[in-house]
Amino acid sequence: MSVIIIGAGPAGCEAAYRLARSGESVELIEKEAEIGGNLNNWYQLFPDRKQAADLKAKLRKNIEHPQIHLHLKSKPVAFSRQGDGTIQLTLDDGALITGKALLVASGFRTFDAHRKEEYGYGIYENVITSVELENAFINHQINTSTGHAPKRIGLIHCVGSRDEKICRLYCSKLCCVTAVKQAIELREMLPEAEILCFYMDMRMFGPGYEEMYREAQEKYNIKFVRGRLSEASEDREKRLIIKVEDTLVGKPLKMTLDLMVLMVGMEPAEGNDQLISMLNLQTAPNGFIQVSDPHSGTNCTHQKGIFVTGCSSSPMNLTDTLTDARSAAVTISEYLNS
Amino acid sequence: MYYDPFVLPFSIGLNVLLIYLVIKYIRWIRTFSPKDRRTIRRNIFSLKTLKAGKEVFLESLVHHKIFRTNPFLGYMHMCFGLGWFLLIVVGKIESLVYHTSIFNPPYFAIFFRYFHPAQETFPYCNTFAFLMDLILLMILSGLTLALLKRLYSRALGLKKTTKHRPFDLLILTVLWLIFPFRFLAESFTSGVRGGGSFLTHSAGNFFDSFLPIESLAYPAWWAYSIALGLFFLLLPFSRYMHIPTEMVYIFLKNWGIKQGKRFTAISQFQLYACSRCGICIDRCQLGSSLGQLDTQPVYFLKKIRHGKDHSVQDLNCLMCGRCEAACPVDLKLNALRLTQRPDYTRITRSTFEYIPTPSPARNKVAYFAGCMGHLTPSVIQAMERIFQKAGVDYTFIDREKGICCGRPMMLAGNHRAASVLVEKNKASIQQSGADILVTSCPICYKTFREEYHLDIQVMHHTEYLDLLIRNKQLIPHPSDQKTVFHNPCELGRGCDVYAAPAHVLQAVSQRIATAYDDKNSLCCGGSLANLYIRPEQRTQISSDALHAYLAYHPDVLVTACPLCKKTFTKTENAVPVKDIAEMVAENC
Repeated sequence: MSVIIIGAGPAGCEAAYRLARSGESVELIEKEAEIGGNLNNWYQLFPDRKQAADLKAKLRKNIEHPQIHLHLKSKPVAFSRQGDGTIQLTLDDGALITGKALLVASGFRTFDAHRKEEYGYGIYENVITSVELENAFINHQINTSTGHAPKRIGLIHCVGSRDEKICRLYCSKLCCVTAVKQAIELREMLPEAEILCFYMDMRMFGPGYEEMYREAQEKYNIKFVRGRLSEASEDREKRLIIKVEDTLVGKPLKMTLDLMVLMVGMEPAEGNDQLISMLNLQTAPNGFIQVSDPHSGTNCTHQKGIFVTGCSSSPMNLTDTLTDARSAAVTISEYLNS
Repeated sequence: MYYDPFVLPFSIGLNVLLIYLVIKYIRWIRTFSPKDRRTIRRNIFSLKTLKAGKEVFLESLVHHKIFRTNPFLGYMHMCFGLGWFLLIVVGKIESLVYHTSIFNPPYFAIFFRYFHPAQETFPYCNTFAFLMDLILLMILSGLTLALLKRLYSRALGLKKTTKHRPFDLLILTVLWLIFPFRFLAESFTSGVRGGGSFLTHSAGNFFDSFLPIESLAYPAWWAYSIALGLFFLLLPFSRYMHIPTEMVYIFLKNWGIKQGKRFTAISQFQLYACSRCGICIDRCQLGSSLGQLDTQPVYFLKKIRHGKDHSVQDLNCLMCGRCEAACPVDLKLNALRLTQRPDYTRITRSTFEYIPTPSPARNKVAYFAGCMGHLTPSVIQAMERIFQKAGVDYTFIDREKGICCGRPMMLAGNHRAASVLVEKNKASIQQSGADILVTSCPICYKTFREEYHLDIQVMHHTEYLDLLIRNKQLIPHPSDQKTVFHNPCELGRGCDVYAAPAHVLQAVSQRIATAYDDKNSLCCGGSLANLYIRPEQRTQISSDALHAYLAYHPDVLVTACPLCKKTFTKTENAVPVKDIAEMVAENC
């Protein structure tokens, strides 16, 4: 009998490794052809600028543990329980997997920026998302659509977060610090460019974050403007004309950008709703999976034997996701031994 | 001289009612502005009066608009309206034929069967008796339906029926008793003395077989008279004020009196003309999506009339106009609601001095995207492509700097602030020297048409696209895409634009007909007018409306309002939502 884990991103891999080390056998299910999840889209990690690829290599090495069986390109399609509570999961290739416990580590997907049409993503050529910027960092190349190095770049915070107009009331937590990190990375690549962050609040909650924010202003000359972008349009040179209110000065602001980066927030993973209904779980008000208690049951769901970790239950940064995965491993071990 | 004391309740009731109504209406009419009075004087002796007469017949008596909601419901209302009217008119003719003096008292016709000795014949007496029985039968059948409606409203096409005050239920009972009493009184009299026709005569014989009808006939006439008298006395304080008031309102409306921004005498007439039929209840998406069943016009007007607190109702309205489109009395429900939103702001011209007036280049065609247009750049892009393709040179009024049309402020009651914006915007539109003003936003469109008094042609882009296609300036290729059209409230019900979008959409796609076409289109939930509901409640309305449209499985849901487009895309993206301009730009 083993523990089934859905999702082999950082949370799933870390939990699998910890459970395997404590002697459990683990069936790790991943829908993609490789592990890593959203980590695969990142270049450097905050706050220490570690290479994302290094962390991924470490996770991959960990799950080479003999007790972990990795099922790539597989999705669960049916769920049932036997009389003794044993969980049975049917995969889309027809395989039947049984386990004593199930851990949901399906993670998140980034917000679809097309939905904030006023920001012009998919309409204007020089509007990209923070994920696309990471990919540009991986390729070490930042250019506008017309092939020039951007002279003025704007990073727009809270795209798909804290926005009741698109029913996303929660904070995605990692976009602020990602913006600061990306602004610094941009500065390193483009020493002459003007770089601006448009924010509502700077939520620098993690260790080293506030220091990084201060450094961004003092050392890297990043400008921070408190104000939400209202609308954008495009001129003949494919530059963006944006309208923002600078709420500290109390005046509307109009500005031309060569490149605009949308800091996209987190949404429940694709298939989250189907998974919730298949496993008979509860949906939290923010659309993620509801945990049984916000203090003592952060890894427990309302179903016995089914656990949750990482961004399946709410937006988390990578540090918290890995911690939460270890916490889930402990919770499951206790459950199996009780 | 035909007289019996039992006619007194009826006669007293009728006279008191008539005096009350005359005083009340004269007092209201005296408060009309001099302008309105001039309008009445100009139109009173014109064809408009005849038109009003026809409308009174069709709406107050036949209730033909209610037939559209449900044929049974229409029949029920017609039985009471037209039935009672015919009973009075045919009865009066009958009494005149019998007793040729025109000056017989009103009660003589009403209680004709009591005063008329049955054996005495007069011309067409059998025909009259037959007609009167037929009309009575018609009313009684309507009464049966009314009872059924109280017990099971769905049978008459209403999911929800109006909740009435106890007092209204009392007078409802009195009204319902009038006709059975008449039926009994006539039947008993016919059983005793003969007369009547297929209904009362047969019933008289039937009752005679087991009831002491000789001693019951007279009390039945008393009961009938008391029911009538009581009904007349209670009427001014009940919803049945709509019977006389609706007729007066129809005349005033046809003479050209409009519901303005303030609550005036014409508003009073409308308040009392509401019959509380409850047709507005099912039409309201606040009810169907959110279960809010106290804000529909029937309850809103009731609260104003009875002096109850209506502060929530003032604000809690989408002003989508779905109720107004179905209102059988044709009350101006949106305008009435707006009269209750007072202007609290102290905005003057100097408040907005910091806003520069845009000075657009001069051209024959001017384009105004509007604030919401700028939040949906895909619509602007599509329009720019269309202008280019059709070879139309134009000036883009709000390309760089735009001023709000003023509508959001008007909807919040802030007319003073709005007027400052209107003034500025109007100046920049006039500066363009255009002959045609094209806008992408139905909200701006309605405002330009109604509040700007521009001397140039104002078109929504659906109308303009239709014009370009008809002039062959644009040659659309019909695509295979199946589309459902969501007609925005401000464009369809708000400005009566239905044909243009239908033509355009048929030219570029395979349009699916739905139950929500034209006047029945839904509110997307993004309404600027509702100042009360919470964002998640708006989302619920949008989501319900979206699913209603998607039930027809379109490839694309098409609308013609940037706000509708944004609202529909905020929850789901399963089916693309596009503006009609995007559809045209893609297919020509």
